[in-house]
Amino acid sequence: MADASNVDAFVEFERVQKSYDGENLVVKDLNLTMPKGEFLTMLGPSGSGKTTCLMMLAGFETATHGDIRLDGTSINNIPPHKRGIGMVFQNYALFPHMTIAENLSFPLEVRNMGKSEREEKVKRALDMVEMGAFGGRRPAQLSGGQQQRIALARALVFEPELVLMDEPLGALDKQLREKMQFEITHLAHRLGITVVYVTHDQTEALTMSDRVAVFDDGRIQQIAPPDQLYESPENSFVAQFIGENNTLEGTVKEIKNGIALVQLDDGELIDCKPVNVSQPGERTRVSIRPERVEYNKDRLQAGVHTLKAEVLEFIYMGDIFRTRLRVAGNDEFIIKTRNAPDQVRLQPGQQIEIGWLPEDCRALDA
Amino acid sequence: MSDITQSGPVLAADGRPLKRSLARALRMQKIRALMLIAPLLLFVLLTFILPIADMLFRSVENRIVQDTLPQTVVAVQDWDADSGEAPPDAVYEALAYDLVVAAERKQHTRVGTRLNYETPGISSLFRKAGRRVDEVGEGYLKQFAALDPAWGEPQTFMSVFADPEWLASRAGAGDEPPFQLSETAHDALPKASGAYMNFARTIQEEDNDSPAEEEPWAPVYMALHSDLAANPQAAQAFSGDAQRLLQEAAALIESGQMETESARDAFVKMDKDWADPEVWRTLKTYAGKYTNGYFLNAADLQKSPDGPELRPEDERIYGTLFLRTLIMSLAITCSCIVLGYPVAWILANLPSRTANMLMILVLLPFWTSLLVRTSAWKVMLQQQGVINDTLVWLGLVSDSDRLVMINNQFGTIVAMTHILLPFMILPMYSVMQTINPTYLRAAKSLGATNWTAFWRVYFPQSVPGIGAGSILVFILAIGYYITPELVGGTKGVFISNRIAFHISQSLNWGLAAALGTILLVIVLALYWAYDKIVGIDNVKLG
Repeated sequence: MADASNVDAFVEFERVQKSYDGENLVVKDLNLTMPKGEFLTMLGPSGSGKTTCLMMLAGFETATHGDIRLDGTSINNIPPHKRGIGMVFQNYALFPHMTIAENLSFPLEVRNMGKSEREEKVKRALDMVEMGAFGGRRPAQLSGGQQQRIALARALVFEPELVLMDEPLGALDKQLREKMQFEITHLAHRLGITVVYVTHDQTEALTMSDRVAVFDDGRIQQIAPPDQLYESPENSFVAQFIGENNTLEGTVKEIKNGIALVQLDDGELIDCKPVNVSQPGERTRVSIRPERVEYNKDRLQAGVHTLKAEVLEFIYMGDIFRTRLRVAGNDEFIIKTRNAPDQVRLQPGQQIEIGWLPEDCRALDA
Repeated sequence: MSDITQSGPVLAADGRPLKRSLARALRMQKIRALMLIAPLLLFVLLTFILPIADMLFRSVENRIVQDTLPQTVVAVQDWDADSGEAPPDAVYEALAYDLVVAAERKQHTRVGTRLNYETPGISSLFRKAGRRVDEVGEGYLKQFAALDPAWGEPQTFMSVFADPEWLASRAGAGDEPPFQLSETAHDALPKASGAYMNFARTIQEEDNDSPAEEEPWAPVYMALHSDLAANPQAAQAFSGDAQRLLQEAAALIESGQMETESARDAFVKMDKDWADPEVWRTLKTYAGKYTNGYFLNAADLQKSPDGPELRPEDERIYGTLFLRTLIMSLAITCSCIVLGYPVAWILANLPSRTANMLMILVLLPFWTSLLVRTSAWKVMLQQQGVINDTLVWLGLVSDSDRLVMINNQFGTIVAMTHILLPFMILPMYSVMQTINPTYLRAAKSLGATNWTAFWRVYFPQSVPGIGAGSILVFILAIGYYITPELVGGTKGVFISNRIAFHISQSLNWGLAAALGTILLVIVLALYWAYDKIVGIDNVKLG
């Protein structure tokens, strides 16, 4: 699904731009194709343009330039109510003056569906989210999680092929959110619907999506399946934004055999995988995931460069240990180790040597 | 935990019941809160609640008849109002005793006015009678005086009626104490004592004179005659000159030589309407301390032998007025909704800067005098006014038949809609502000057209605002006075104008109070109905 070709594209953004004030572009030259059945998450900090993209797709905002296509037809001039796109809003937007059943029945009514058919579909949708007994209640009588399910059921009850979700889990507590993440993904896959999901929570993005589009400054910085995104970020923004990340700054000394030798600012040398660097002399920002850093000498690969580090702080977090180090003048260098029986607990003040596999250390743009 | 094992009330740490400890802790707070609102509470109580309660009480209060005509009210109870005949002489006699006091104290016109509300014409009857009531019994006065000149002396009456102790006390220096009746006179000559007592006290209180220097009123002689005729032996209770004088008079009466004089004839001579049973029926009907008469009147009803009945068609006005007030208030409320809703919607959906600007325009009428605004409508709507002139100039209306837009219901509705519009817009606006625009988006994403989204999703949520605005406007409209008074003419006036008329012109405060009470009850009933149907919780002012 990652290599969706244009041929079976279901949702397409082509050179889409959006400006509200005629001076600044909120969305800059957006190109995106999604195959049918994909669960795509738009992830990014607030103001990155992800919600605007979603609203343009839903029809509540018009693109200043470019073309948005749904199943091959341009929908630029189709009003929202004719697009047939289901949508789940951040605060659910359940109609407070209607019961749950009436809320679900609403999209069917406006489609002039018969009463018996409506009732059956509403029942099925409620059962689907395990809320069958709540049809007669009002939204205000439900908990946040229950409202969330109803909002989902309402967006699905008229069987749209595309469902948009705008930070639907933002108002829930952590445990409920995690539970709902699984429910939504399972439901989406079971029904085979295409989902565009907007969030600023990277964990949510990683656990739920087939692909994640990382937005920043009105552009997609990287669009890739979660594992690729995490392990092979293409630029330092993505590396920083997704998961925890250690960065060290330096200059490329040489590149050979697909390995870049980088001299850090304090003079030490490390081996990296060149990603955004191509020639010696370039400034680079090196990114290493905390869990890929090794300090047990026995496990370090022979011949790789290592760095001296001083333990500053040891934090016990249950399943993992989180240790803060000073490495090459960086006081915020974090390493994470599993809480295993044979694991060494580092003490503050301890001097250690750390190293990593060259392919885990990515030399990105400065 | 000991809390779980113990039964009975939960105790605080010091062993006292927790509830009492809590109440004690909160009492100080409550007192402080009460102190803060006390000035306003007192002010409202004194200037608002008490006067209103007093005013409403007037709608049933009817003491004046009983207070002014105490003996008549008692005497007339035995008379059968359905007999078709005027009451017996004794009732007229009682009336004479009451009326002579009332006339001296200038109370008789008030009773007349009160009874005139119920039967027109009674007022002049009482006024006339008040002037001439001291002639009732004149014949007796002359005959007593002819029998013995002593009967013309105030001292004679003193010796017959006055309490010896009182006589002794008035001999001292200083002001004369209030007249006291002797027990002998009270037992032997009950009617005359009553009449003389009234005379003596009235002379003392009204004229600051002494009964010892004033010749009694003629009705006192009539009472004396009446007593002696009933009990010729009354003189036995007295002694000295008094006994002799009374004996002579009693003898004369017994012998049939004293010419009798009917109180009834005396009254009928003043005005033949005193023989009309209808006058007496009214008096008897309204003799009680409390009456529902004002309320019946306010509901276009009147009392009849078979209970309340509808007044003749040409006397019914309040039903029409109440109905008109309700219908016009409803019309005003509806036009306020129709005109206010779009404005409120725009205000709620504009960016706050622009909305605040427009809000000033909405509030502008509040800062202009009500009178000025109403007068402006007079200028606009009158036949030689701006609108008519424009229409004539445009040729839409010919000069000869200019539109009549003022001094009728149309004028009242237009002017009052304008005046009350802000009261509709403000609650609507504050409710609409709280409606999240996502609801409309959600509805559209679910396939609703703009109209369906508005009608099915937005409008129902704005209903609490409409409800609050409607209650506000309707209740204000139903009691409105100034605008209908100025632009309403005769066809466009409200019930409040009629209430004002009774308060300040006809001075029938009882009826005004009854009309006001009915208005209040109607408003409360509508409020209650609204609560039942829509739910007062649904009313939001913001």
